[in-house]
Amino acid sequence: MRNIWTVARKELSSYFHSPIAYIILTVFAVISGYFFVSILSLFVRQSLMAAQYAEMGQSVHMNVNEMVIRPLLMNVSVISLFLVPMITMRLFAEEKKTGTIELLMTSPLTDLQIILGKFFAALLLYAILLGITFLHALLLFHYGNPDWKPLAVGYLGMLLLGGCFMAWGLMISTLTRNQLVAGLLTFGLFLMLWVIPWVNDYSSGVSGQVASYLGITTHLENFAKGVLDLRDAVYYLSVIGLGLFLTARSVESVRWRA
Amino acid sequence: MIDVQGLTKRYGRTVAVEDLNFSVKKGEILGFLGPNGAGKTTTMRVLTCYLPPTFGKVSVAGFDVMQEPLEVKKHVGYLPETPPLYTDMRVYEMLAFAGRIKGVPGSELKQRVQRVSEQTSIADVSNKIVGHLSKGYRQRVGLAAALIHNPEVLVLDEPTAGLDPKQIIETRKLIKGLAGEHTIILSTHILPEAAHTCDRVMIINAGKLVAEDTPENLTARLQGFETLNLLVEGPEREVRERLSRVAGVNNVTPSPSSNGRVEFAVQTAKGRDVRKELARAVVESGWGLLELRPVGLSLEEIFLKLTTTDTAEKAAGGA
Repeated sequence: MRNIWTVARKELSSYFHSPIAYIILTVFAVISGYFFVSILSLFVRQSLMAAQYAEMGQSVHMNVNEMVIRPLLMNVSVISLFLVPMITMRLFAEEKKTGTIELLMTSPLTDLQIILGKFFAALLLYAILLGITFLHALLLFHYGNPDWKPLAVGYLGMLLLGGCFMAWGLMISTLTRNQLVAGLLTFGLFLMLWVIPWVNDYSSGVSGQVASYLGITTHLENFAKGVLDLRDAVYYLSVIGLGLFLTARSVESVRWRA
Repeated sequence: MIDVQGLTKRYGRTVAVEDLNFSVKKGEILGFLGPNGAGKTTTMRVLTCYLPPTFGKVSVAGFDVMQEPLEVKKHVGYLPETPPLYTDMRVYEMLAFAGRIKGVPGSELKQRVQRVSEQTSIADVSNKIVGHLSKGYRQRVGLAAALIHNPEVLVLDEPTAGLDPKQIIETRKLIKGLAGEHTIILSTHILPEAAHTCDRVMIINAGKLVAEDTPENLTARLQGFETLNLLVEGPEREVRERLSRVAGVNNVTPSPSSNGRVEFAVQTAKGRDVRKELARAVVESGWGLLELRPVGLSLEEIFLKLTTTDTAEKAAGGA
């Protein structure tokens, strides 16, 4: 356990010693802030209209959770799609390129400890990213009265989604010494997983359902609504598990190819 | 301490190391000599559990590399040819990280970092970023990282590559000082260094062991009287011609001379001792024989002899 934490700490300090972490955090903060402002403004305008309708005797259902938090989380997941490859691409590719992988693999660490250390470091960085959106959420609590439980579930979903991104980004990073190649492949993979369910509009029946199931953000919808569905949790955990398993095999194969 | 039996490592069709057998006693310094691609680095990677062997049994510090690799790694310090360093860390951070992953307990870590920094003379750059250091310093940081957990066995791949002469001497002294307490295997191209530093030397070529002995024995084994140096006072061309006519002489090479004296390097057939005949030839011709001595083969020459004759023989055998 101590080893996992040592590797994680090293990885995190490495992120913050280079511009990477700062650039990602800044870009994310700007974009998510922009979305927050836009969605919130829309919500405010709609509440004003709702207030008018209420005066006329008609009630319109206004829900902060449904109308602000949910779209925010969905947007954040899409931004992550683009930013996560930047986080994960260097995890193994850099070690292979500089030769430090030889240090890690000739030290009394198991491959799994190395992999989990890096996984948790990347996930932690992603959690910091989510933390920025949490600041936005806090504003909502200050001025409004949203339900915190669906929010918590929403963040849980985001973390699970993040776990998927990290696990697969890590896996792809083990395939090459070139960070750029790793980043592009990761981005390509996520893009495919995001886009697959769009086919649902054109197809019907089983194939549509399968495509829908495979989509990486479809399972987030329930979480974003505040619904903790075990099926969605299972999907994410399976994807994370598969990603880490393949990473372990790939790292093992380094010993046979060196 | 280290026992290697029948080590073979293949990558698909390429054979990197074939049927290597050797052992190293506790406290000994063993040198690996060989041309590039001979299999030295591969052997070292097997010893440090980076690669698994294709065949063979390898045990280090009493642990088998296939059965108990984690134990082996705890007892081995490895310095690869390019020191694996994280260039964005400071020196003390790098050493602390190396210490932690190699199992140095937290309470001892700071003291160990200080100790190895002193041993490798890098204490003055402790706060610098590794990426900003010169090659010599980086090599020493790598060595410090290999020593951080005080391993019983040290495997050093070209530890003095790229260092300036002063640093080479210091590193050599450091390595010699570590022997006894630590068992050391080092590979090198710098043959005088192997002769000075190592107790025993192994010459490897194309994955196979070609010779193994102490540097003195190797030199003696291959010395014979096959190369002789003569200092003669006389006309160069005539002397040369006369010497060449002595039975058993293959080659006479004169060297630039001064005031009438010429130095000749005389090569004879293997096993022929022609000193008497040469002396007689010179003196009877009326020239002054000022010096006659056998030239021992330097380790360099032994190395070249063993590694190029080998390929020549192989080529002849195959043809």
